[in-house]
Amino acid sequence: MISVQKLDKHFGGVYAVHNCTFTVKENTITSIIGPNGAGKTTLFNLVCGISKPDGGRILLKGKDITGLPTHMIARLGISRTFQQARLFKNMSVKDNLLIARPAKEEELKEVLKKVHFPLDMNVRGSDLSYGQMRLVEIARALLKPHKLLMLDEPTAGVNPKVRQELKKILLDLKKDGDTIVLIEHDMEFVMSISDEVIVMTEGSVLTRGTPKQVQADKRVLEAYLGK
Amino acid sequence: MAFINYLIHLAILIGIYSILTISLNFAVGFTGLLNLGHVGFFGIGAYTSALLAINGVPIWLSILCGALLAGISGVLLGLPTTRLKGDYLALATLGFAFIMGSVARNWTDVTRGALGIPGIPKIVRGNTEFLIVVLVIAIITYLVFWKISRSRFGKACESIRDDELAAKMLGKDTFMHKIMALGISAFFAGIGGGLFAHYITFIDPSIFGIGDLILLFSMLIVGGLASVKGSAVGAIVLFLIPEPLRFIGFPSSVLGPMREIIFALILLLILIYRPRGIFGKVDLA
Repeated sequence: MISVQKLDKHFGGVYAVHNCTFTVKENTITSIIGPNGAGKTTLFNLVCGISKPDGGRILLKGKDITGLPTHMIARLGISRTFQQARLFKNMSVKDNLLIARPAKEEELKEVLKKVHFPLDMNVRGSDLSYGQMRLVEIARALLKPHKLLMLDEPTAGVNPKVRQELKKILLDLKKDGDTIVLIEHDMEFVMSISDEVIVMTEGSVLTRGTPKQVQADKRVLEAYLGK
Repeated sequence: MAFINYLIHLAILIGIYSILTISLNFAVGFTGLLNLGHVGFFGIGAYTSALLAINGVPIWLSILCGALLAGISGVLLGLPTTRLKGDYLALATLGFAFIMGSVARNWTDVTRGALGIPGIPKIVRGNTEFLIVVLVIAIITYLVFWKISRSRFGKACESIRDDELAAKMLGKDTFMHKIMALGISAFFAGIGGGLFAHYITFIDPSIFGIGDLILLFSMLIVGGLASVKGSAVGAIVLFLIPEPLRFIGFPSSVLGPMREIIFALILLLILIYRPRGIFGKVDLA
């Protein structure tokens, strides 16, 4: 689905992402983990065209998307949520969803039901709790036509109930054929839903594998806790 | 009769300023572009239309040309400036209005500089007929922006106002949207300028002044951001509320400052008690 090849991004003399290479297979859930400052969100920003890489290539289904503008990359099929939920706060939930693409009311209700959004869709974005904003943001990303769904810390700041709901939502999406890449710090969440885990440290891929393989890798523990 | 003429005059100005406020609201309230250059587009429309009409071009064609030139100016101004945000965009667009004023003052061969342009032909002979013309155009403007605000384009502009990055991530070409929004907004400001020039029959560089800009923003804030209806109501309220002062018998030297004090009071009350304005949908912050 997506192939990242020798990706580099530096800010001054500091490499935020360095020689980063990995691929994500179709219809899988891949989690990217790593300590703070490992370059995970920068990597997401590079893939989405929010930052331009200094080197390397990004291929989406074989098409080179390196350095394309964000809206073009989005149109090519990448849907993304952010670390902080980014809703259009002066717009209703319904209008937030309709920005993703035109859809009938039934379809909007269906996608909101899918993410277990509990309120009426005419509620204004600014009137939602943080957890509800997260759900609407995910619903919006789902509604947007996509090949790849990228979620940046989807469980951050949400209560345990919503966290459980999110787990179910993501597994359901995978069952429906979606490919998902997520950045996450909640290890229980990561290990319970991921097909593959990529561990990043200092801008590079330290190791990758199934949750079991990663859990058994001593280097991962060292990356988090130090030697 | 004099009182009716006065009411007609007031209604004409309300109509013209409604067109200006509604179009300004599309850039500021709907798209989030803090555009302080609106009087620049207003002036371009007024000067272009006046100069063309004086040189024999049919008046309606002159007004259309003025509006088109204003619209094109909006697009050209947007190309470098819409990459800026907030205060920086405000300063750049304010600079544009000042530059336009400076051009009008100094390009004396064409604009007669500070002497202004007198003898601009009227569209229709009587003010009553002109009022009908202005009202029709104001209603068309209202309907156009009402329709745009409910269209996919309008909603995309609103999304850009709220969060540009999120809008990009949903596939919106935010740069093009902002340029188009500024162009459309400027086009209608140009129409307002043309109508103003052909009503007053005299224009000078003072129409690029900051006084009108403050008046327009006051109307915008009172009516409320991102509300077409609010803009029209804002123009009506700010024109009508200070008018009774005329009948109290204050000398004109007091009347002007009194009007400004009243505008300031209205703005303060709105900001304290109704920060979204009368019909606004967006917090001023």
